[in-house]
Amino acid sequence: MDFQSVVFYFFSTVMVLASLRVITARNPVHAALFLVLAFFSAGGIWMLLHAEFLAIALVMVYVGAVMVLFLFVVMMLDINLERIRQGFWSYLPVGALIGVLMVIEMVMVLGGRYFGLDAMPKPAEVEQGYSNTKELGRLLYTEYVYPFELASIVLLVAMVAAVALTLRKRKNVKIIDPAVQVAVKRDDRVRIVSMRAEKE
Amino acid sequence: MEAIIEPVATFFGGAWPLVWSLLKIIGIIAPLFLCVAYLTLAERKVIGYMQVRIGPNRVGPRGLLQPIADGVKLLLKEIIVPSGANKGLFIVGPVLALGPALAAWAVVPFSDGWVIGNVDAGLLFLLAVTSIEVYGVIIAGWASNSKYAFLGGVRAAAQMVSYEIAMGFALVCVLMISSSLNLSDIVAAQGKGQGADLGLGFLSWNWLPLFPMFIVYLISGIAETNRAPFDVVEGESEIVAGHMVEYSGMAFALFFLGEYANMILVSALTSILFLGGWLSPVSFLPDSFIWLAIKIAFILFLFLWFRATFPRFRYDHIMRLGWKVFIPLTLFWVVVVAVWIMSPLSLWK
Repeated sequence: MDFQSVVFYFFSTVMVLASLRVITARNPVHAALFLVLAFFSAGGIWMLLHAEFLAIALVMVYVGAVMVLFLFVVMMLDINLERIRQGFWSYLPVGALIGVLMVIEMVMVLGGRYFGLDAMPKPAEVEQGYSNTKELGRLLYTEYVYPFELASIVLLVAMVAAVALTLRKRKNVKIIDPAVQVAVKRDDRVRIVSMRAEKE
Repeated sequence: MEAIIEPVATFFGGAWPLVWSLLKIIGIIAPLFLCVAYLTLAERKVIGYMQVRIGPNRVGPRGLLQPIADGVKLLLKEIIVPSGANKGLFIVGPVLALGPALAAWAVVPFSDGWVIGNVDAGLLFLLAVTSIEVYGVIIAGWASNSKYAFLGGVRAAAQMVSYEIAMGFALVCVLMISSSLNLSDIVAAQGKGQGADLGLGFLSWNWLPLFPMFIVYLISGIAETNRAPFDVVEGESEIVAGHMVEYSGMAFALFFLGEYANMILVSALTSILFLGGWLSPVSFLPDSFIWLAIKIAFILFLFLWFRATFPRFRYDHIMRLGWKVFIPLTLFWVVVVAVWIMSPLSLWK
């Protein structure tokens, strides 16, 4: 077994174990942190495939941003295991159905004729100076520029919608405009009056 | 050099690449920790002189052994784990705060070719690693099982996440004009241009054409490392020590080391991305590591200077500056730079 396989099996083992812990951990915060570990291992495996841009983007977007917000929400929760357990048996049939469907789909995709080892050619050996980031950028902005822009529009709409949904005007806020605050002169705040000294 | 390395390499045989990498890592981490130690002393001295006092001068000649005394004191103190704290995560928190600050140095070039990992996506790696730093803060805040630590952690995390975006956009401008993600190439690209042709290299560094981004990056760097005037995270007047309030001894020292290592990292990155890294400002002096050291020291001095000068920001002002000022400004400047590059006035042909 060469060094790359050792690294691959290491990352895969960590990833599978971490993913298992995501669904078995009792504490939601622990589960979220195990999900972070799983993302990391996935990033490592992508790095082995010379897909450094995707690997680093995965860590940056999912670990650096998405999971931080996840943790924010999860940490605020009142962790009450009894309540979380409630309704486990009533949800089980739906969950099991979706699980089985996903397994069937994955078997069809991975076991089918289209993605078998004999159907897919071995990726070309990368030559010196090959940059995955550059290649990806070139493809994304030339050949796939319309799908790419469509995706950005969809994301923008989602963003605006999220902001619009949570935007509410409160009447009694005491917000101060910093520009006005900075532009304050002494005369606006202090009034000097002349008065006679008070004697006892 | 080769003559010394050769017999050692044959002695270790197949394990040599591993040993060599380890040696390089130690070669960076050890001086870095020394810098961190003396940065704490420099901070106290500089702020002392700015406030017309002397600063620490009791331990050793002119107070030079003060950081060592502080280190020994922190090492000997007991680490108290609060009751009800999540023990495992309580220990992991400070480790995660320091780890990324050290890992990021793997791609930082110190001089032409002096870098551990000269990777193509160096800047991306840096962005990814520095975005992990926030976990140390969140985990420490949550695992302490204390309201104050938790509030401090949430505040710190919100602040770090907000300023990361502005920092990222400032970096997008840099990599647009240098058309590379490799930090060594970014420095090399700053050595070319009209200023460099005249013998005044510092005029073709990125700080001049990208001046607004340079300022945004510098300020975001201060906010990202939670330094004054953005230090509401540990603001003594309102929230004691934020996420670190329950930590003592070496566990606290790890946060402290992480903060200062981050300061040095941000200064190094600012020097590399905007101030030409190891390039010499004028053509009659040679390029060398010394220039990078001078630039890093200058920006670290700015950090200390700001701390002694500016009063602490209010939290809503911090958020406003990040989201309503910096992000629109950087977004707009990305477009400006894009148009500039494609126009006949482009400086980067």
